[in-house]
Amino acid sequence: MTTLTTAPLADEASKRSWTRLFGWGLLLAVLAWSWRGAEMDPLALIRDSGNMATFAGDFFPPDFSNWELYLKEMIVTVQIALWSTLLAIVCAIPLGILCAENIVPWWVYQPVRRLMDACRSINEMVFAMLFVVAVGLGPFAGVLALFISTTGVLAKLFAEAVEAIDPGPVEGVRATGASALQEVIFGVVPQVLPLWISYSLYRFESNVRSATVVGMVGAGGVGVILWEAIRGFQFAQTCALLIVIILVVTVIDVLSQRLRKQFI
Amino acid sequence: MSAVIRVEGLNKTFGRKQALYDLALSVQPGEMVALIGASGSGKSTLLRHLAGLACCDRSDGGSIEVLGRQVQVQGRLNGEVRRLRADIGYIFQQFNLVDRLSVLHNVLLGCLGRMPRWRGTLGRFSSEEKQRAMQALDRVGLAELALQRASTLSGGQQQRVAIARALCQRAEVILADEPIASLDPESARKVMEILADINRRDGKTVVVTLHQVDYAMRYCRRAVALKGGRVHFDGATDSLNPHFLNDLYGADLDASLLLADKARRPRASALALALAKA
Repeated sequence: MTTLTTAPLADEASKRSWTRLFGWGLLLAVLAWSWRGAEMDPLALIRDSGNMATFAGDFFPPDFSNWELYLKEMIVTVQIALWSTLLAIVCAIPLGILCAENIVPWWVYQPVRRLMDACRSINEMVFAMLFVVAVGLGPFAGVLALFISTTGVLAKLFAEAVEAIDPGPVEGVRATGASALQEVIFGVVPQVLPLWISYSLYRFESNVRSATVVGMVGAGGVGVILWEAIRGFQFAQTCALLIVIILVVTVIDVLSQRLRKQFI
Repeated sequence: MSAVIRVEGLNKTFGRKQALYDLALSVQPGEMVALIGASGSGKSTLLRHLAGLACCDRSDGGSIEVLGRQVQVQGRLNGEVRRLRADIGYIFQQFNLVDRLSVLHNVLLGCLGRMPRWRGTLGRFSSEEKQRAMQALDRVGLAELALQRASTLSGGQQQRVAIARALCQRAEVILADEPIASLDPESARKVMEILADINRRDGKTVVVTLHQVDYAMRYCRRAVALKGGRVHFDGATDSLNPHFLNDLYGADLDASLLLADKARRPRASALALALAKA
């Protein structure tokens, strides 16, 4: 009995070490192959350091002469983030529950999950370009673009929270004669609410960051003037814009982190 | 009088292991029945089937009737089972309260099965329902904790809240699955007193699974003992004697250990052989 079990164990161990070695070899091969594909050239940083110093010099001192416009556009950016997140939360609640395998049968959660995967897999910049064509230039296109991708992300996160619940309370509600929807409302939602709030606030933070970029394709907010400044080689203005973005994003991150801590 | 609970030919198989064999049981109105047996004997499984929380086998699964209405036949739940459950109060070993809701809110959930669906879904409980919930809480002696979060209560208190939920539900039958298994002796006594009181004063039918036979003998007149998924004994608790109990628990426990060991060993060596070859 003992010899029978130890012999295959030793065999197993040596097999595992070979597998591990092969895994590392494969990883190194992929890294080397990608180095050439990505045209990695760290020496360029040293070779062209003179150019870069001149380039960096152009950024300073930052030119804040248009600060009122910058701030106004930055506020629009935050407003885009706010609405896109809100719409996404509203849609992600039912969709997240329909993605949870402990709540619905596979023929519901499989298609809904694939749909959410599609929402997530396409970057918000791509959606922004599409919506600029559909609804015209401006912040609303940005809202729609961020809304779609955020719905995909939040539905997945919400579903994961639902899948981690304690089934006991749900059964407790079921035993009272409640309907399936009532089981979810009274048995599931109270358990996942703190996590849902925390995830939503986190997505709001990320959406403020993303909203600065969607503007670059004409979907409103600070991104539009940032893109114009870069294209016009107005680096002192670019620098001022970047500082405004960093400040606002930091403030929002800190505030939302504080709020999130209340719910965990 | 016709039976409140009628189980006929119930068979249940989990994977390849059969948990209940051709089980029959009949409980009359107003009875308080103890369901006893070693762990794995099928008592909890039987109770879950009574409330339609589990389904019996599709082929030759038998049938369950509660209060004259079919709960399940041949592994198919009655389409109206959600409404039927309103008449069947269920007490769980782990209480199964919603931790983040208040005690009162948890008791109010007991009304869900009897109110219009839209009103229950919106959580709009009437003042009459709130009063009923407070009365139920008062009866289990926890009225002053009504506004606390359920998670802040001790185990014994949580179990009493769960009983209040079943009271508020106005269930005719109360099924209690190991209600005192995770409680200290004092809380256990209180919980059993309340269940016995509901049986005596309100005339509700109570079926309670118990590990501790002394509780069964003290609170219930009738006991049904399960062994290996079959009814091993059904009669007055007075006639339970040490010799019988030893047979019910001791022997069964040893046999199951031996069997499990024997069943595991050949499979383990077969696995080892297969690994050695590969």
